[in-house]
Amino acid sequence: MTETVGTPILEVPIAEGASDQHMVLNMGPQHPSTHGVLRLVLEIDGEIIVRLYPEIGYLHTGIEKTCEAKFYHQVVPLTDRIDYLSPMANNLCYCLAVERLLDLEIPEKAQWMRVLLSELTRLNSHLVWLGTHAMDIGALTVFLYTFREREDILRIFEAVSGQRMMTSYIRIGGLAMEPPLDFFDRIRAFIRTFPEKIDEYSNLLTGNPIFHSRLKGVGYLSAADAIALGVTGPPLRASGVDFDLRRDMPYSGYEKFQFKVPVSTDGDCWARYEVRLIEMRESVKMIQQALDGMPEGPIKADAPKIVLPDREKMKTQMEALIHHFKIVTEGFAVPAGEVYQGIESPRGQMGYYVVSDGTAKPYRVHMRNPTFATLQALETMCKGRMLADVVAVVGSIDIVLGEIDR
Amino acid sequence: MDASRKKSIVGRAAVLEGLPEHPAVKALLAWNPDALADAKFDRGELTLTVAAEQIRAAAATVRAAGYNFFEDVTAVDWFPSAPRFQLSYHIISHTYKERIRLRVLVDGENPAVDSITPIWPSANYYEREVFDLFGIRFERHPNLRRIMMPDDWEGYPLRKDYPVEGYR
Repeated sequence: MTETVGTPILEVPIAEGASDQHMVLNMGPQHPSTHGVLRLVLEIDGEIIVRLYPEIGYLHTGIEKTCEAKFYHQVVPLTDRIDYLSPMANNLCYCLAVERLLDLEIPEKAQWMRVLLSELTRLNSHLVWLGTHAMDIGALTVFLYTFREREDILRIFEAVSGQRMMTSYIRIGGLAMEPPLDFFDRIRAFIRTFPEKIDEYSNLLTGNPIFHSRLKGVGYLSAADAIALGVTGPPLRASGVDFDLRRDMPYSGYEKFQFKVPVSTDGDCWARYEVRLIEMRESVKMIQQALDGMPEGPIKADAPKIVLPDREKMKTQMEALIHHFKIVTEGFAVPAGEVYQGIESPRGQMGYYVVSDGTAKPYRVHMRNPTFATLQALETMCKGRMLADVVAVVGSIDIVLGEIDR
Repeated sequence: MDASRKKSIVGRAAVLEGLPEHPAVKALLAWNPDALADAKFDRGELTLTVAAEQIRAAAATVRAAGYNFFEDVTAVDWFPSAPRFQLSYHIISHTYKERIRLRVLVDGENPAVDSITPIWPSANYYEREVFDLFGIRFERHPNLRRIMMPDDWEGYPLRKDYPVEGYR
């Protein structure tokens, strides 16, 4: 076989390559609509985008390097900080990868709890996206509505893990602790009213002519381009590719749940808005299924040398105290090997690649974060459009700079 | 996960015997009978090692075989053993709903491989990241510049001989 595509054309830095008729404009890094510290260098002809170049790295904290210096269980809190809007998704992905290296069997209740919490995380993340995206377009009210519901979800997270945002609740081998007594009732109460709240957002936005004209037909991305540029998650499905890891390569018991994967073929910002809105409704259904079918049983794997013992046991049993001391001071050895675990995070395909050399510290942890790849498609989506459309497109791909820069 | 996914097959000959019908293995062998330097099926994941100079052609081959979506590429530094660097390309198939890993070993002295951006443009940022943090060059990459670290940064932070904390 010969090489199918020709040698790529060398990219010239925009500031040097811009023609005399064009203007070079800096957008960011301190710009409210770039959702963090994204810097876009734009070459514009009047108001039309000729070229666009994302400059990233302002939030680089070297998390992958830090992971190599920590014990396996100490990496879990670091994963929260990568994507501060969906901490549970990061926790889950890392833990699933290490559990596969360890060949651990996770009890069914823990798996169902993980699905329940992942879907709550998806709602949480989509609510922030919807609020900020609408605010970028000029619909300020929606932000106040979505943050009202997000607050409820954060309270649920606080009840279960003690933390609102940096939860670290999903641990290697199961969950950190038993959920509190009224936990499931609280979630039930929340999802009883939540579908009406989605209708409320939809009433504010879907029929809104300004919102409609700012998104419809803007930021078009074809299915072939989406695949070529590594776009995943809602933007991929909005471009007409029917692929969702939860359904197609299930993990953590997702195969036991019934849900639809919304797909649109329009490929524009409006399609991404619609896909995410339907995704929220599907998540509510999955949370309902998780609540109805929640099995009884332990929430931690039966592996005393890997999973920390309950506080109660640690105070009363010598054996448990020894295990606790050993795990905290020297960690646990993980068999040598390499594992790549992919999950469907709220923003797309997330992947954790963990390499072990048989010691108690990971030899290498690499994260594939969905919006890092999606950012590559930004130029394709914006080229030839107006300057103001960049704000709409950046909002529609739902970026989080924490996970792009790591 | 059923039992068949759990068993591990190590070595080129064993994989050829155990997974003769695997589309990626078949396509690579049809393209070049000596393409596979090594192979491993472990924890439900297939790892195929190819020669560093053949990575671009191998990537084109697996893409034609149905592995259409490039997920990411990253490196592992096995310092001080040789060959020093391992590059892992993760590729997913929307058709087979399955992931494979292409593995390439690169020497520590002046490390370089061919860029696969002509096959998958999405490799652009990931190759820049590997270049930035490991110092592995990707030949014929359209824009091989640092992506995370400042342009004037010295050293490659994710190499094992680079300290985690403190001044160098």
